[in-house]
Amino acid sequence: MCAQSVAQRAASADLRPAPAWWRVVLSRVVTFCWVEIAKIRHDRTELYTRAIQPALWLIIFGETFTAIRAIPSGGRPYLDFMAPGVIAQSALFVAIFYGIQIIWERDAGILTKLLSTPTPASALIAGKAFGASIRSLLQAAVVVVLAALLGVGMPLNPLDYLAAIVFIVLGAAFFSTLSLTIAGVVLNRDRLMGIGQAITMPLFFASNALYPISVMPGWLQVLSTINPLRYEIDALRGLLIGTPSNLPLDFAVLLVACIAGITTSSRLLRRLTQ
Amino acid sequence: MSDGSVPVEESGPVAVDSRAMTKRFKELLAVDRLSFEVRSGEIFGLLGPNGAGKTTTIRMLVTLLRPDSGQATVFGFDVVAQTMAVRRLIGYVPQQLSADGSLTGWENVMLFARLYDLPRRSRKASVVESLQLMGLSDAAGRLVSTYSGGMVRRLELAQALINQPRLLVLDEPTIGLDPIARAEVWERVLSLRREAGTTILLTTHYMEEADELCDRVALMHKGQLKASGTPAELKASLGPEATLEDVFRHYSGDHFEEEGGTLKDVRSVRRTARRLG
Repeated sequence: MCAQSVAQRAASADLRPAPAWWRVVLSRVVTFCWVEIAKIRHDRTELYTRAIQPALWLIIFGETFTAIRAIPSGGRPYLDFMAPGVIAQSALFVAIFYGIQIIWERDAGILTKLLSTPTPASALIAGKAFGASIRSLLQAAVVVVLAALLGVGMPLNPLDYLAAIVFIVLGAAFFSTLSLTIAGVVLNRDRLMGIGQAITMPLFFASNALYPISVMPGWLQVLSTINPLRYEIDALRGLLIGTPSNLPLDFAVLLVACIAGITTSSRLLRRLTQ
Repeated sequence: MSDGSVPVEESGPVAVDSRAMTKRFKELLAVDRLSFEVRSGEIFGLLGPNGAGKTTTIRMLVTLLRPDSGQATVFGFDVVAQTMAVRRLIGYVPQQLSADGSLTGWENVMLFARLYDLPRRSRKASVVESLQLMGLSDAAGRLVSTYSGGMVRRLELAQALINQPRLLVLDEPTIGLDPIARAEVWERVLSLRREAGTTILLTTHYMEEADELCDRVALMHKGQLKASGTPAELKASLGPEATLEDVFRHYSGDHFEEEGGTLKDVRSVRRTARRLG
């Protein structure tokens, strides 16, 4: 059968020119998005179970605080104010535990094999980080639909959604590189879980997800300026419910955070395979 | 397999050239000034008990570990300075069964077709062909978590072959497999060499297997090369009734089996050390 044709093409591997580095990065991002989609198609339970938490935030916390009007929400119902915060938060919760997958892949010997292909560490990490954002995007879509059902006035312009997708992807990619970085430091699933648990709530509370920055105590306001989640939420709120926001700054901060996250975690990747 | 197989030219191009490669993990000298050559087109076996440094050697050659000193080339490309060029020429199957159980067989091979930058036009055809070659066409659509050990190993060969590598590196390819699955894996590997002329570098601690399959072997013990040559040469040097195990015992002054039972794989020793300390 085709054994003969294999023989004829045996030398083709080394006849193909090496692709440019940016093409490799782009190709690995596409590849790992494809892998992530395939995995979700095979097992959808996570999508459903992960929808519970944001639903509770919106339905219970959101409805209650809308009723008691305790938090200033810029003239919009509190539920509207909060919805973009919940989108970002649920995307964060997916991404922050992404490192568990790479530790599992390390233990299963998969990581070693991935790294024996012509894929530089940074391309592998970029691929994994943006692949991880697929789950976050699906998560965000669930919250958007839920919010619309609860009567939150969502925009009609598709460009707003397109821009929101960019911010959700950048946010998810950053937080998954944060998770991959922690994985590269602690090298162990349990410790990664512990640290992940320990940092999600501080990240969440030191952001404008539930309340505007202006009502925070001074020290927390300062802390929140180094929290990328704050910029993601600022952008999402501006795009989805039209509050004033600084999109160029938000984009710049998230992009720099992503690049820093990819650089740091790809440096640590070798520790996982040695 | 010295008879009836593809004749290897004595002066053929060098597939692997290791020169005094050395790797140390803290106090443990895992590989000690190891020098050997693998000729293009041959099946070369790196033999020795667990802990002899075989896997560390392999990991340096496939660019996953950097040698502390010495150097090595794969088809002329340096494993430290030209990692991407080396990776494009090799297919690597690690010791551990390591296909992704949450993907199908087809998806596992497609993943590697993409990671090796196979042109988009021919990707699907190559994946189908590679699966067919390893006798996995019928199981291609199933999740790998439902595969048997032998099937996973053949799937990994399909993954490693998707790029039509010039050098196939197999680390203990038949470990943990039952005799039937083992024979099947060997049959596929041999046909690959026969049809495509792929050079094969493998490690094993099954001496009889190596005797039967390898054109040439190198015996490793405690990180050092103890002897190398064709299985026939090595055995003949000891006497007419000698086995490769006798050869090993002769050169290392050690009992192969006992050694295998007590020494752990270098990696797991290091893991344990890290966990404890």
